[in-house]
Amino acid sequence: MLLHDTALVFGRYARQTLRSRFQILFGILMPLLYLLFFGPLLTGLPLGGGVDSWQVLVPGLLLQLGLFGASFAGFGLIIDKSTGVVERMRVTPVSRAALLLGRVLRDALLFVFQAVLLVLVAVVMGLRAPLPGVLIGFLFVGLLTVSLASLSYALAMRVSTPQEFGPVINSLTVPAMLLSGLMLPMTLGPKWLDVLSHFTPFRYLVDAVRDAYAGTYATAHMLYGALVALGFAALAVTVGTRVFRKAGA
Amino acid sequence: MTVISTSGLARTFMSRTGPVEAVRSLDMTVAAGEIVGLLGPNGAGKTTTLRMLTTLLSPTGGAATVAGHDLATDPAGVRERCGYVAQSGGVDPHTTVREELVTQGRMYRLGRAGAVARATELAAELGLSDLLDRRTATLSGGQRRRLDIAMGLTHRPAVLFLDEPTTGLDPGSRADLWDLVRRLRDTDGTTVVLTTHYLDEADALADRLVVVDGGLVAAEGTPAQLKTRYAGSPHASLQDAFLALTGRAPAADAAPLAV
Repeated sequence: MLLHDTALVFGRYARQTLRSRFQILFGILMPLLYLLFFGPLLTGLPLGGGVDSWQVLVPGLLLQLGLFGASFAGFGLIIDKSTGVVERMRVTPVSRAALLLGRVLRDALLFVFQAVLLVLVAVVMGLRAPLPGVLIGFLFVGLLTVSLASLSYALAMRVSTPQEFGPVINSLTVPAMLLSGLMLPMTLGPKWLDVLSHFTPFRYLVDAVRDAYAGTYATAHMLYGALVALGFAALAVTVGTRVFRKAGA
Repeated sequence: MTVISTSGLARTFMSRTGPVEAVRSLDMTVAAGEIVGLLGPNGAGKTTTLRMLTTLLSPTGGAATVAGHDLATDPAGVRERCGYVAQSGGVDPHTTVREELVTQGRMYRLGRAGAVARATELAAELGLSDLLDRRTATLSGGQRRRLDIAMGLTHRPAVLFLDEPTTGLDPGSRADLWDLVRRLRDTDGTTVVLTTHYLDEADALADRLVVVDGGLVAAEGTPAQLKTRYAGSPHASLQDAFLALTGRAPAADAAPLAV
């Protein structure tokens, strides 16, 4: 029943997304701007690791896409709460967990699709990276999206207005972006900043995807990145389903 | 046969200023095939009661059975047997009527073909057949209400809960909705529990009224019984009975007192 219901909820929200093609493309606008107007500044800078600057920047932009996109996923739920759609679904026998998982699955596919578009543009700009590494990157985007969207929906379920929701998300995503080393490798900075950034899960994901784009897969970065990404996703989905099961109770 | 029975049903919300007892201790029974009106001033606990009886909110006290299933131990059983139409309805404005009806059928575990067939059937019953491919945002208030109710009837529930079903409707749509509710009761034997703060609606539509005030049942009976008991005559107005009972009008936006 969980699979049936998840597929059903996924289908509903996937159709909703397909109806607004504008939203699909708009989502990649910010990383695209970084790619076009920030990327060229880095070419020729010594970023370390003996790789091209695009191989450092693009992994960061991919995770930025996931970070900002998925963190705001809860807005959709707040709208559905105000139109009564959430309660209407909650009085049906549909699985409570599926109401979360169907949405999260839609988000994961949406952001991986946007990530593919972003990488294609990056290739045109000059990115060269091995295909397995690029695919590994998409996997990390997918896991990050699942984690953040789950937490975002959990928060949205607990608050009642966008005014309560927006500031919380903003105050978490901006420091997360700065501390994760999305834009420039943290190793360029002072030691304290590098240490501090290891307290955010995103740092490990960024390091892992950068290794993947450099074509080195059997690294400590990759191991820690995979463990953190999987652990974070498991934790977030557990929190999310718990909130969805208990909501209103 | 009793379809709903509650004993000491209660819900306390925690707020910043301390606990708020939305429903203190509610004892009521509803028989099969009845149209019961829950009447009361704003904040009396009507919506909280409906949300508890439909499993959306867990009670903080007391017990209830709905359509033979215990609310606390078998909420899934209750969901299969009851329908709920919230005041806000519950359809996505960007979705078509057909898609909402079919999705709802699938949520009640109908197969694809079954859900499509049920959507067509419901649309015919509720006068929505010509509107199936319209986006729900483009429907009139009355059409929207009929769609909301169609969604609630998808699984042919034994009990239908309607929260302020006619608020915001024009007089013609209100009358249509009253007819619809009576038809559900007469042809399908559906038990209907609705909240309202329109006294004329309570008077015209409900077989029996349960007046709720301050989270407790203040009185119950047929409209005629309440008028006799609290306003002295079966021909008195329900408004007078209500005022005698609660000391105030049912809600700020209810029909104004005659001067």
